Amino acid sequence: MRNAFADEILALARKDPRVVLLSADIGNRLFDKLKAEFPDRFYNCGVAEANMIGVAAGMAQSGLRPFCYTITPFITYRCMEQIRVDLCYHHLPVTVVGTGSGLSYASLGGTHHSCEEMGMLRLLPGLTVGGPADAPELRALLRDSLNQNGPVYLRIGKKGEPQMHADVPALTFGKSITLREGTEACILSLGTVLPEAVAAAEKLAAKGITTRVVSFPTLKPLDAKCLQEVFSMFKVVATLEEHSILGGLGGSVAEWKADHPELNGRLVRLGTPDEFLHLTCEQEEAREHYGLTAQGIAGQIESLLRPA
Amino acid sequence: MAETDIVELQKIAAQMRGKVIEMVAASGAAHLASAMSCIDILVAAYWRILRLDASKAADPLRDRFILSKGHAASALYAVLAERGFFSKDWLETFATHGAPLAEQPAPGCAPGVELATGSLGHGLPVGAGHALAAQIQKHDYQVLVCVSDGECNEGTVWEAAMFAAARQLQNLTVVVDYNKWQATGRSNEVMQLSPLREKWAAFGWKAVEIDGHDIAALVDALDRSKQEPGKPTAIIANTVKGKGVSFMEDDNNWHYRVPKAAEVEAAKKELGLL
Repeated sequence: MRNAFADEILALARKDPRVVLLSADIGNRLFDKLKAEFPDRFYNCGVAEANMIGVAAGMAQSGLRPFCYTITPFITYRCMEQIRVDLCYHHLPVTVVGTGSGLSYASLGGTHHSCEEMGMLRLLPGLTVGGPADAPELRALLRDSLNQNGPVYLRIGKKGEPQMHADVPALTFGKSITLREGTEACILSLGTVLPEAVAAAEKLAAKGITTRVVSFPTLKPLDAKCLQEVFSMFKVVATLEEHSILGGLGGSVAEWKADHPELNGRLVRLGTPDEFLHLTCEQEEAREHYGLTAQGIAGQIESLLRPA
Repeated sequence: MAETDIVELQKIAAQMRGKVIEMVAASGAAHLASAMSCIDILVAAYWRILRLDASKAADPLRDRFILSKGHAASALYAVLAERGFFSKDWLETFATHGAPLAEQPAPGCAPGVELATGSLGHGLPVGAGHALAAQIQKHDYQVLVCVSDGECNEGTVWEAAMFAAARQLQNLTVVVDYNKWQATGRSNEVMQLSPLREKWAAFGWKAVEIDGHDIAALVDALDRSKQEPGKPTAIIANTVKGKGVSFMEDDNNWHYRVPKAAEVEAAKKELGLL
């Protein structure tokens, strides 16, 4: 996904002279093409993330369209106030991109995990919050970020994520995409965990339970039209994310659903619990630990639809 | 600078101090002493240095002045109104319900206010962004950021200092309003600030130290800051909190105190305004 990011930023820079990229001492060689073609459009701001957000704010106030890029926990938790005051309060068009989100860097320990940042950031007024599932969705949202007049936060994976779309989908912030149809259950999936949702639907189909799978890449604004439809149609609607069940997609949909008591669909939130992960492991094992695998997801949906 | 010019600017600075005292007395806002310590810096900048057109406050080619110490907003508002950015009537309603000028600046609260400040340590990073944007877009505007000495407690000040030096932002100048106090104590005792000029120099800036109430020295230093190739400039302006009124000078109670009517009158007499 990060290679797609570097490639798409270069494409955007070619189209739009306002595009500049700021990074915080990561991406060694990743942006070589951009640096070679546009030496004054890339700035390594050093291990000083809060300053990077402030610099981006100043650049945006002066008419540029900055993208800020570094590892998710460092560009979010550490910069909360800069994102709030410098970007959101002034409603400046800066796109903040966190890489290695969720449990992508499971093996590096809790300092590198980000299972709370969407919950924190979505509270900020005027901030658009998204998490693409794969490289094509990332490209679509990066392109759309230039259509936004205010700040954007995007959480992305690292590398090697399975591609779920053959080509760049017609996707914009606030919209979702249905990947698979079904009649009994629906999975709304945010981010790179989407392949597990599709595989879970296959497992459920083998048991005669057909499941709609929706890639739901925007946490804010929510695709309310989609929510209205799925909570009317399905007995069970599961949210799925590599993020705490508090405050992320599950939390957001629960809030939305509280405002729509007329809808009967049951919400189940699949994500990480309210704890730090202390297990030394890779991303796959971390997903397994939290039941965020095809098997775990299918099992939870099945138990709600067909109680033993 | 000719002696008559200096006298004229000193007179303006006294008027601005009187205005700020009136604004704070009327509204009950805090931070009077902090506003008074940076008045001469603002007067030097707005009357002699900055290339600004009040009728085109958002001109992309304008020089930028960012008052990072947002708690001294009353000083900025008084100066902007005097320079014609908005009606002086606005000052009468400073920090009152529904008025445009809040106690600390909000985004776009008034023409000429570049940044919402008040949370400390934001002005220099954002100013560095403006300065870098000028280099990218081949514009020749200057960016001037005024920070407080207490504000230099914030890590982002030093992140921005390293960044600006590495990027050779010669169009960026910081003025430290070095009044030796922060909210609760001597700024050099709360955090080890000295030697302040040497710190900025060590961070790769051209750093000069001057009397921050000597308007001629301020104008000269601000003027020279444009001429240092490849380096941002730090001007350490030694100031006095509550400057201009004997019973306020260097008394940190005036960080929060609001003057009573008799104190306003006494202050204005000292400033030669009555």
